Amino acid sequence: MYRSHVLVCGGTGCTSSNSLAIIDALESEIAKKGLQEEVKVVRTGCFGLCALGPIMIVYPEGSFYSQVKVEDVPEIVEEHLLKGRLVKRLLYDETVTMEDVKSLQETDFYKKQHRVALRNCGVIDPENIEEYIAFDGYMALAKCLKELTPAEVIQIVKDSGLRGRGGGGFPTGLKWSFTAANEADQKYVVCNADEGDPGAFMDRSVLEGDPHCIVEAMTICGYATGATEGYVYVRAEYPIAVKRLKIAIKQAREYGLLGKNIFDSGFDFDLHVRLGAGAFVCGEETALMTSIEGNRGEPRPRPPYPAVKGLFRKPTTENNVETFANIPQIILKGADWFASMGTEKSKGTKVFALGGKIKNTGLVEIPMGTTLREIIEEIGGGIPNGKKFKAAQTGGPSGGCIPASLMDTPIDYDNLTAIGCMMGSGGLIVMDEDNCMVDIAKFFLNFTVDESCGKCTPCRVGTKRLLEMLDKITAGKATMEDLDKLEDLCNYIKANSLCGLGQTAPNPVLATLKFFREEYVAHIQDKKCPAGVCKALMTYSIEADKCRGCTACARKCPAGAIEGKVKEVHTINTDKCIKCGVCLETCKFGAVVKK
Amino acid sequence: MKTIEELMAIRENAKKKMTVREDTGDEATRIVVGMATCGIAAGARPVLNAFVDEIAKRDLKGVTVSQTGCIGMCQYEPIVEVLEPGKEKVTYVKMTAEKAVKVVNDHIVNGNPIVDFTVGAATK
Repeated sequence: MYRSHVLVCGGTGCTSSNSLAIIDALESEIAKKGLQEEVKVVRTGCFGLCALGPIMIVYPEGSFYSQVKVEDVPEIVEEHLLKGRLVKRLLYDETVTMEDVKSLQETDFYKKQHRVALRNCGVIDPENIEEYIAFDGYMALAKCLKELTPAEVIQIVKDSGLRGRGGGGFPTGLKWSFTAANEADQKYVVCNADEGDPGAFMDRSVLEGDPHCIVEAMTICGYATGATEGYVYVRAEYPIAVKRLKIAIKQAREYGLLGKNIFDSGFDFDLHVRLGAGAFVCGEETALMTSIEGNRGEPRPRPPYPAVKGLFRKPTTENNVETFANIPQIILKGADWFASMGTEKSKGTKVFALGGKIKNTGLVEIPMGTTLREIIEEIGGGIPNGKKFKAAQTGGPSGGCIPASLMDTPIDYDNLTAIGCMMGSGGLIVMDEDNCMVDIAKFFLNFTVDESCGKCTPCRVGTKRLLEMLDKITAGKATMEDLDKLEDLCNYIKANSLCGLGQTAPNPVLATLKFFREEYVAHIQDKKCPAGVCKALMTYSIEADKCRGCTACARKCPAGAIEGKVKEVHTINTDKCIKCGVCLETCKFGAVVKK
Repeated sequence: MKTIEELMAIRENAKKKMTVREDTGDEATRIVVGMATCGIAAGARPVLNAFVDEIAKRDLKGVTVSQTGCIGMCQYEPIVEVLEPGKEKVTYVKMTAEKAVKVVNDHIVNGNPIVDFTVGAATK
C-alpha cells in the first residue's frame, strides 16, 4: 500500500518541457531513499495549467508544484516525501496564502471551471484501465448494454441537449437517430480526432489524459446506432495520444470491453486507429472518411450525408472527441443533470484551449454561458505586461473574432453565431493592442490557402485571390474599391465552396472587417498600420534632439542603414532599412521611433 | 467481461488503491507522523508505514496519514498526532509499529485514545 502518490503531468505540453525526465529522476531518487514501496509515481494527462508546466501534484496533501525542474527533484523527495515538509518555493503562488495552503480547486484558474469532458485528465493514469474503472469507467457502457435499449440510449442523448463539440453544433442525439434509422448490413462509428486549428489542443488532451472514455463512448454509440466497428482518425502529429489510445484499446479488449459479446449482451464492437497525415481538410467529415478508406483526403458532396452513405458507403455516425467524452457521464448521471448546465439552447460545458496574449495559457472547461470576460480576466489571469485586450479569435481559420466591446456576451453556439462569430472546436486566441487585425486575417488565410485541397475552384482559387488582396492592403497599395471587392469575394467563396473548409475560410476576414473596419481603412487611406505590425507601412527614424551620437544603433544595424559620426546626430536611410527593429531595441535614449 | 458485478469488483479494488488521492476535506481524521531527522533516526518510518498498512488492511474511510517536521520534543520521537474533527488533539510519543497497530484499533476504530502512549503519560 502506497502512502503517497506523486502525479506528474505527461501531456504534450509538460512532456515537451521535460516532465518525462522528471519522472525518471523521481523514481531513481525515491529508490535511493528506499521509498519505492511507499511512494508511487503516476504519469497523468493534462492538468490544464500548461503555462506553469511541468506540473506535479503530491497526495495525500494535494500539494501543487509548478515549473518543476529535474534539479528540484532531490529536494522534493528529501523534504516532502521523506520528511513531510512542503517545498514552498515550488508551490503554485496562488495556493500559498499567509496561514495555509489552499487547495487547487479554490484558485482563480480552477474555481469557475466545471470539468465534465476533462474530468479524468490529470487525475488518473491514462495507461491504466483500472484507474479509469475506479472512477466509474465502463459503468455507462454496462448500463446501456444491460438496462437500456438502443432507442432509450439515443433518447437520453437527445434529452441531454448535447451538441457537436467539433464546432458545427449539430444535436448529437439527432445525428445518432439518423444512423440508427438506416438499415444496413454494416454500420460504423467514427471519432474525429483530426484537430487541425492552429492553437487548439482540446481533443489531444482528452485522448492523452482519458483515452478510455473515448473507447467507452464509441462503443455506446455503436450499440445505440447498430454499428459494430469504429475508427478513430487521429493526427500522426499526436504521438502521445496515439500511443495511449492504442494501449487503451488493447486493455479494453483484454478486459472483454471490446470484442465479441460484450457484457454477455450479444453485442460485438471493435475499434481501429487510423493516422491522419496532417491535412487540415481531413477534419471535414466526408474528407476524413475518404482518407480512412485509403484515398486522397478530399471532401465529397453532401447529401448523401454520412448517416446514409458514410464510411465505405455505409451508414456512419461521426462525432468529435470532446462530444464523445461527454457521453459516459450523460448516461450515468442522466440527461437532466447535463441539461441543467449551460444556456437554453447550448447545454453542458465547453473546453477551450487558451492561447495568445494571456497569462494562464492552458486548457479550461467552463459551463456554456460563461462570458469571455470571465474566461480572460478571471480564469485566464488577464493580459500580460499591462496591455489592453483587443479581441479574442475563436474557431481558428474557420472562425471569427469577439471584440472587446462584446466581452460580456455569454458564450454559446447561438450567441456567437449571432455576433458573426462561431464557437469552433475550442481554440481561443487572445489578442492585445499590439496585434494588427488585418495581419491576423492574413495569417489565417495563409493557412487556408496552404490547406485547401484543390478539389473545388471557389476555395482553391478564391482563397488565393483573397490572400493577394490582403497582401495588397498590408503593403499599403490597395484602394477603397479593393475593400468592396474583398467583401464580395468572401461572400462568393462562402456560398459556393464544396465543403466546410472553403465555406468558412473567409470568416476571419469578414469578422475582422465587421469589427475592425477602421483598421483596414487606416491601412488603405492613411497607409498606416495602427498596431505597428505591417512592415511595409512603418518607418523607423531617429529624433535629432534625443540622439547622443553613441553609434550603438549604427553598429548593430544589420543592413548598414544608419549613418552618422560619433557624438553627432544619426539618421536612418529608409531605402536600406529592412525594418527589423534592432535599432529601437538598442537605443538607450529612446531616440529611435517607429511610426 | 460478462456482468456488471465483475466490473464493480474491479472498481472497488482499484478505488482502494487510490484513496490517497481523494479530497477528504475537513471531515477526515488525520494521523500526522513526525518525520524530521530526529523522528526518522528514532524509527518513524516503520511507524508511518504501519499506520498506512493497517488502515488499508481495515479499509478505513476518511483517514489520512501524513508527515510533518520536528515539533521540538526530539527525545520523545517518534511522535504521532491524531487529529479528529471536533475533538482534542492526541499526541502519542515513542511510537513503534506495534503501538501504531494498537492505536488504529483502539483509538481510530473504537474511539478510545490510549492514555499510556500519550505525551501526558510520558512526562509524568
